[in-house]
Amino acid sequence: MTVEQKILITLYGDQVAPRFDLATEVQILQLADDGRLMEEKTVVLPRASAEQLCHLVLVEKIRAVICGGIEDEYYKYLTWKNVRVFDSVIGSCKAAVKRFRSETLRSGDILREPVARGKNGTES
Amino acid sequence: MNASQELQIKGLFPFPIDLPSLTDEIPLGLVVLDTDRRIVLINRAFEAISGFSMGDASGLLCFNILRSQLCVQKCPLKEMDVNSEAVCIETDMINRERERIPVLINLSPIKDTQGKLTGFLETVEDLRPLKEVDAKTQQAYGFRHIIGRSQEMTRLFKTVPLVAQTDSAVLITGETGTGKDMLAEAIHQASNRSKGPFVKINCGALPETLLESELFGHQKGAFTGAVENKPGRFRLAHNGTLYLTEVGDLPLALQVKLLTFLDDKVVYPLGSTKGFQANVRVVTATHRNLEMMVKERTFREDLMFRLNVVRLHLPPLRERGDDIRLILDHFLNIFASRFRKDIKKISKKALQILLDYSFPGNVRELRNIVEYAVNICPKGHIQPAHLPAYLMDSKSQNAPSALDEAEPSDWSTSRIRPTIETGEPKTWASMERDIIMAALVKAGGRRNRAADILGWGRSTLWRKMKQYKIDGQ
Repeated sequence: MTVEQKILITLYGDQVAPRFDLATEVQILQLADDGRLMEEKTVVLPRASAEQLCHLVLVEKIRAVICGGIEDEYYKYLTWKNVRVFDSVIGSCKAAVKRFRSETLRSGDILREPVARGKNGTES
Repeated sequence: MNASQELQIKGLFPFPIDLPSLTDEIPLGLVVLDTDRRIVLINRAFEAISGFSMGDASGLLCFNILRSQLCVQKCPLKEMDVNSEAVCIETDMINRERERIPVLINLSPIKDTQGKLTGFLETVEDLRPLKEVDAKTQQAYGFRHIIGRSQEMTRLFKTVPLVAQTDSAVLITGETGTGKDMLAEAIHQASNRSKGPFVKINCGALPETLLESELFGHQKGAFTGAVENKPGRFRLAHNGTLYLTEVGDLPLALQVKLLTFLDDKVVYPLGSTKGFQANVRVVTATHRNLEMMVKERTFREDLMFRLNVVRLHLPPLRERGDDIRLILDHFLNIFASRFRKDIKKISKKALQILLDYSFPGNVRELRNIVEYAVNICPKGHIQPAHLPAYLMDSKSQNAPSALDEAEPSDWSTSRIRPTIETGEPKTWASMERDIIMAALVKAGGRRNRAADILGWGRSTLWRKMKQYKIDGQ
């Protein structure tokens, strides 16, 4: 039997949102136990609210949350509800999901994109 | 070019200096960004606030590190160009330790020598210490923190919110340490003027000439040394409240000037013919008996009538009965938590000593006693040994002695002295019983008045009467 798990990522453009409480867009992914993507949806929230986001996490039966800065109060609440919280993650949503699927994502991870170097050695 | 060479300042001193060595000593969070809003440099203070190191932050878009509301909602840097003025905004950020921190962010453009935009400078001030002070201040002056369950205080609590909503002059009377200043500020805070200034001036603290200039201001050249215009406290309190404490000490000449202001609401600075229409609410306070001063012709009767529109009297602590215990516990909690001491309560013996004391310095004295005791007591219960030594002395000498030194114009009435008979020797208990009896006789059997005569709290008198089996009926 396949064990699926749902993860939620707070979005700010294509990046992980810097603040959990200010995120107005989230991506919910349903992954199979081998990491395969089963389903993907984006939810736009009517307004930014940490409480509403926590409610959504519980209603959607999310098992893991990937976000940027989160207040301790909400972090503790979610972990108490057996939700794994990967907070202070900096980087693109794509890179965070990739790390999560390879089970190497940790709280505080800074996922720098490889940058192309210009002729004079500067980043471009 | 290596990194250390890049972060150097040249031309300021004979030899180049490292930029981080300079910025790290600044106790304000600093973030330097390039034109793409990527982090170039953060200083040590910002590392401490955010929890991110320079290594972590370098090259990242600033919203990932700063994580303020401003970043997500409306980043001012998006529209900032080389000619833009600095922007200062109060917001909050969440740091790596998952703390929400109130911050004041100042954003300004950085220009190169050609005048082109090369980046941005952000200063981030941690407002937590300021917010804590604010919270303490609000707590200290908050109306709801003037505590008391006695009848007089309950009546006062009902009156003050109503009084605060008007612009009527208020006269607060009461002995020293009863909380006149606190009440005045509470009135201001509860009024519609709370957003305006609360200006306090002590009429007894300055000589007459200085006081006049301080209150009403002066014009440049009005007198020797008046080198510039001075606005005066009335003008500073425009749209707010002016609190004149110790108004009983106001010199007669200034009483006339204050009277004129209360009538016209116009302030004429010294040496000026042009008046200023000041919208000021006047709250005054005094520990003196103004009626007595009027009789002695040291205070103008007409001024007293103008100040005495709403009179609020703060009773002395010894007349507030069980409030002593309430206030004692209140301060005990405050100081125990402030000094981080595990002090549960006060022992019965120490409590008895305090209940028997007359508190000539009122709530302020009680507060100081509790602060002293919490300082001295290591933990557990406060014992008599942790109380100031003078309390023991006054206990042995009898409480009213402390009141003998009270001001001549004390609000309470004259004290009673026991008549010492030269007959058979008496014990202290029988002497005390006689004193109580004499006070009760003088007070016509009214316990409140008898307690006042003795300088005791009502509860003390009641307890002693019970002890000596004196039937109040």
